[in-house]
Amino acid sequence: MSDDELITLEELVVVCAVSREWVRERIDEGLLPERFDTLAVRRVRRMRALERDFDAAPELAALMADLLEELDALRARLR
Amino acid sequence: MEFKDYYQTLGVGQDASADEIRKAFRKLARKYHPDVSKEAGAEARMKEVNEAYAVLSDPEKRAAYDQLGRGYQPGQEFRPPPDWDAGFEFSHHDMPGGDFSDFFSELFGRMGARAHGQDHFAKVLLDVEDAFHGAERQIQLRVPQVDARGRVALETRTLNVKIPKGVRAGQLIRLAGQGAGGDLLLEVHFKPHPRYRVEGRDLHVDLPVAPWEAALGAVVRVEAPGGALNVRIPAGAQSGRVLRVRGKGIPAATPGDLLLAIRVVLPSADAPKARELYEQMARDLAFDPRAQP
Repeated sequence: MSDDELITLEELVVVCAVSREWVRERIDEGLLPERFDTLAVRRVRRMRALERDFDAAPELAALMADLLEELDALRARLR
Repeated sequence: MEFKDYYQTLGVGQDASADEIRKAFRKLARKYHPDVSKEAGAEARMKEVNEAYAVLSDPEKRAAYDQLGRGYQPGQEFRPPPDWDAGFEFSHHDMPGGDFSDFFSELFGRMGARAHGQDHFAKVLLDVEDAFHGAERQIQLRVPQVDARGRVALETRTLNVKIPKGVRAGQLIRLAGQGAGGDLLLEVHFKPHPRYRVEGRDLHVDLPVAPWEAALGAVVRVEAPGGALNVRIPAGAQSGRVLRVRGKGIPAATPGDLLLAIRVVLPSADAPKARELYEQMARDLAFDPRAQP
């Protein structure tokens, strides 16, 4: 991945409406990657929505994000 | 502005408990989840459900909404009375990001306004062609502003934005100093296009061909956003085969590819001549498309 496709932590927290701490905690737990590209934006939004809407534990939200990413990849192959 | 009945949106009564409201919301959040829902208009419904829950799950906002909403029917023309929110103190935390209706923004708009000096964020919708040529776009942002009387109004700001060539879906464009005291971040999205589909830097296009072009091979002219080009169809090509034209996708240091999905289109047998040719093929060709290979 080239650097011009990466976004900063500051940009990520603005576009996903989360706090820095929220992101850092999930990086420390291995639920989010340490470098952010545009796919990370989608992942963070999904995890945030699942945690907020269903009171999901961060690990469960990350597991579901994994499954949804796999679903995205399979759907892309179908097209 | 139309009055919105948030209770109706969530399908609960006005006397619903916090627990009932949460339960109703989760049921709908699952039903209209954008990743899995097959319902038509799921995304729009989810937006409404989110908005209703943002108000009804917050005791302060719910109380203000209840007081305000007495006597209104859904869809009825609505004007909030001046100083309607006096006496309510809205907390600023836990504001879900997202798009809310004018109705919501007018009532609770000041909560959406971020603290001074922070970056702002908006989405911008582009045409696929813009990624090939670059573009200048006027975008309109609706920013909640508090006027001298302390009321919230949506102010429309118009910005001229230069879209660089090679822009990708999901990319962020930073406009220094264009947010309220901070920078404005624009997230790029492409409008759905009837012919083009973008995946990363690759561009997928459907390529209809005549049966003889597919069977015999041909050179055909393809209109692409980067300009028309001639493409060789290999003899014996079948529907579904994908031709890759390297470097003709979205421009970049390493440009993407143009992927052409061949679709063989049959001429109709309405005309006597066409009918005759089909009948001749049926007679003379030993062809069984269902034969096991």
